[in-house]
Amino acid sequence: MILGLESWTLARPEIFLAAVTMLLLVYGVVRGEVATPFVSVATSMALLVTAALLFVPYQEGTAFASLFIVDRLTTTMKALVLIGAAAAVLMSRAYFEQVKAWRFEYPLLVALATLGMMLMISANDLMALYVGLELQSLALYVIAAFQRDSERSTEAGVKYFVLGSVASGMLLFGASLIYGFCGGTAFVQISRALLDGKAAEIGVIVGLVFVVAGLAFKISAVPFHMWTPDVYEGAPTPVTALFAVAPKIAAISLTVSVLMGPFKPLFLQWQQIVVVAAVLSMALGAFAALRQQNIKRLMAYSSIGNVGYVLLGLASGSEKGIQAIVFYLAIYLVMTLGVFATILMMQRRGAMVENVSDLAGLGKSQPMMALAMLLFMFSLAGIPPLAGFWGKLYIFIAAVEAELFIPAVLGVLASVVASYYYLRIVKVMYFDEETEKLDRTPFGINRSVAFVAALLVTVFSLAPQPLSLIAAAAAKGLFP
Amino acid sequence: MSNWPILSLVTFLPLVGAFFCLVVNGPKEAVDRNCRSAALMTSLATFLISLLLWVRFDPTKAGFQFEEKLEWVPALGIGYHMGIDGISLFFVLLSTLLTPICILASWDAVQTRVKEYMVAFLVLETFMVGMFCALDLALFYVFFEGVLIPMFLIIGVWGGKRRVYAAFKFFLYTLLGSVLMLLAIIAIYWQVGTTDLPTAMEKLNLPFTWQCWLWLAFFASFAVKVPMWPVHTWLPDAHVEAPTAGSVILAGVLLKMGGYGFLRYSIPLFPEATQYFAPLIFGLSIVAIIYTSLVALVQEDMKKLIAYSSVAHMGFVTIGAFVMNMQGVQGSIFQMLSHGIVSAALFLCVGVVYDRMHTREIAAYGGLVHRMPRYAFTFMFFTLASVGLPGLSGFVGEFLVLVGTFKANTWVAVLATTGIILGAAYALWLYRKIIFGELTKDSLKGLLDMNRREVAVFLPLVLITLWMGIYPSSFLDPMAPAVDKLIGDYQAALKLARTAALAP
Repeated sequence: MILGLESWTLARPEIFLAAVTMLLLVYGVVRGEVATPFVSVATSMALLVTAALLFVPYQEGTAFASLFIVDRLTTTMKALVLIGAAAAVLMSRAYFEQVKAWRFEYPLLVALATLGMMLMISANDLMALYVGLELQSLALYVIAAFQRDSERSTEAGVKYFVLGSVASGMLLFGASLIYGFCGGTAFVQISRALLDGKAAEIGVIVGLVFVVAGLAFKISAVPFHMWTPDVYEGAPTPVTALFAVAPKIAAISLTVSVLMGPFKPLFLQWQQIVVVAAVLSMALGAFAALRQQNIKRLMAYSSIGNVGYVLLGLASGSEKGIQAIVFYLAIYLVMTLGVFATILMMQRRGAMVENVSDLAGLGKSQPMMALAMLLFMFSLAGIPPLAGFWGKLYIFIAAVEAELFIPAVLGVLASVVASYYYLRIVKVMYFDEETEKLDRTPFGINRSVAFVAALLVTVFSLAPQPLSLIAAAAAKGLFP
Repeated sequence: MSNWPILSLVTFLPLVGAFFCLVVNGPKEAVDRNCRSAALMTSLATFLISLLLWVRFDPTKAGFQFEEKLEWVPALGIGYHMGIDGISLFFVLLSTLLTPICILASWDAVQTRVKEYMVAFLVLETFMVGMFCALDLALFYVFFEGVLIPMFLIIGVWGGKRRVYAAFKFFLYTLLGSVLMLLAIIAIYWQVGTTDLPTAMEKLNLPFTWQCWLWLAFFASFAVKVPMWPVHTWLPDAHVEAPTAGSVILAGVLLKMGGYGFLRYSIPLFPEATQYFAPLIFGLSIVAIIYTSLVALVQEDMKKLIAYSSVAHMGFVTIGAFVMNMQGVQGSIFQMLSHGIVSAALFLCVGVVYDRMHTREIAAYGGLVHRMPRYAFTFMFFTLASVGLPGLSGFVGEFLVLVGTFKANTWVAVLATTGIILGAAYALWLYRKIIFGELTKDSLKGLLDMNRREVAVFLPLVLITLWMGIYPSSFLDPMAPAVDKLIGDYQAALKLARTAALAP
């Protein structure tokens, strides 16, 4: 009883993933480099099986003496993270083979990071939160520097590590203050203490600010976004694809469950912070990307901007807002995977290229690839009827209903500015004359991912209703 | 047959053709030929089906007809609600008429990426028709904005030298206006709980300040689309750089979206704000009429001149829409339809000589009447229609607008009338420069007159212009009940507001 093990089955997916990862690690160590293709495929399959385990059979509740919580929101977020991670592993092969860094450790590190993300999402206690966050971060630091003979990749890894540690430190400091004032680390205890009048204590507010700052770093919200462009540009492209989806979704989910959970009583305090971060992120994501030439860097700013919209949904603090976030993230996941699958197909004479100008004339030379990219770009820009529009609409509905009029106006204006650089990619593909053709990549996993993503964007564009039902169900997790 | 969803059919039929073009494969020659025919066939079929709408339209009813209502995104209160009344009927027909004409006009002019061109045009047609049929604010917004995607590509891929600049300017200008309207739509949804237009018209009851904010948000979007001075600057660029058919659709249909939007959304939803801001509209429209007419006088590029004349003509439309009496509103709608046909035809006229000479400089032409009599006649016909010669369509619209305006505000009418004089000045000046005079330039001496395909393009437009000029009742009668209801509702809402204000 005291062990709190009675409902351990809630953590079935995590336990399964951990066990498979360890087995594959042993297998990899024994067989050496030849094991890589198998480990890679097995890991992505394991991630997808884990995603299936979330739902068959679906359970909810808390486990391990209330350290771990499973509800509809966490389950949905985990599913998104697992899909993103599995796709990122699948998409990585061609790239790593080309740069001669095709090792079995990569998929396993991704699996470990994913495990950390799942723990973060399910955390119901500041300690559990920190453990999950660190498991995720340590694995990610390594894979950012995975292409170790590349200076840029190493630099990205070190930068990510140093700044990430600072953020973890801030988070920990904030957590310790909150523990000191509230007398516990469990979310339930914090929530009770805040309702009992601890909310007015200045120490709690300071602690909250530090925790939010630490989380803002992880989701790369302005003003803690500085690492993002450098890391996205420097890291190997499949790693960037992973960074843009899985850890981001996990950290957003964590932010949502922390702020909407134990800190709900301090809503008015953190709402101000989140609104400012949202507006700044949307604006910076829009303006700073205007002049970027490197498409990975551009996507980094785009992701900062997208986080801004998500935070606007969070700032509304309503059930509609949480629905909007889930809805937005699902569409963001699909679009981002599609874009990165396309970026991974950008090769010229056998070498990867990553400048926007390298896409010149793609509309003529590879019409289908260009068409897919066109869909993603207009969708990211939020032009109806494409899927991205529904995501933004949902967010803005939540914001207007919460009477956040000025942030909403600033948000739509930022989206106009942002549409410029998405359009620029369309312009390069369709209006510019081609300089030198990109290689025609053989049919493979990247092409399939791009195709599936384009298909999903189309489906979501025409029929957003099923996805909004999923989002509505997920939001019930926080608003039972 | 009577239960067929004709509106959906008209809206989405072009997509079938687009899909066919997308999947067709083979050698370039064959693909181009197939795509051209497929696009023409689909758009003609769409036009024929849309004629059914007119035949079956009940001209005595004021409400919406051919209504279709389905759930789309119930979570956000968005439905798929389509329907037309006397106001939108002719805009649908205008869109379906101009699309086949555009495809025919680009038969030889477009030789690169024919497949994509046809796909873009057919998708554009779907969005345009859908926009005029939508009776749900969100659905309307989807179509309204969706238009930008194909138009951006049409200008950017098949346009002239500064096409990239023009395409971006067009896109960003329009988007900037529209996103504010999106927020206003969300605010309405927030108040009413649905984006269904008839429900919103019924239930929406906003305080005056709120009406003003939302009116301004809608205004931002529609004013850019119309375009009104001073946000008209995208139009000359977009027109000049767009391929001929792109200009035709821009002038023929896209500009009407703004005027239609005022009538369908701004006026019924925010009657008090409409009354409050009407002087602003009058002021901007008068500036547009006089200023852009003067600017048109000094243009050196034919397309630019016609583009500026469009801004001036649309000034009449906005004045007419906001005087809120029968003649004014009917004149405004009629003027939009007439301008849709006439300016489209004028751009096609420019296209005819541009295809031969590849220049739009007015100075490069002169004396064309000696080589191209048929062309000279057509050009004159549409120039006079644009100037407002009685018996042709332009006269009816302008006259009705001026009568309506005179009743409401004499000074506005007087100032607006100067636009007619200036309009005659620049249009006739353009005609004289291009058609008359000695044929001195060697480059022009080998020009051929219009061929059969070109005649086929212009013939329907000539006939419709005559019809609209000689017997406008065919068009005015079906729209009368709807316009009457619009004005009646508006007056009733104002009266209600006044009594509410007087009540202690």
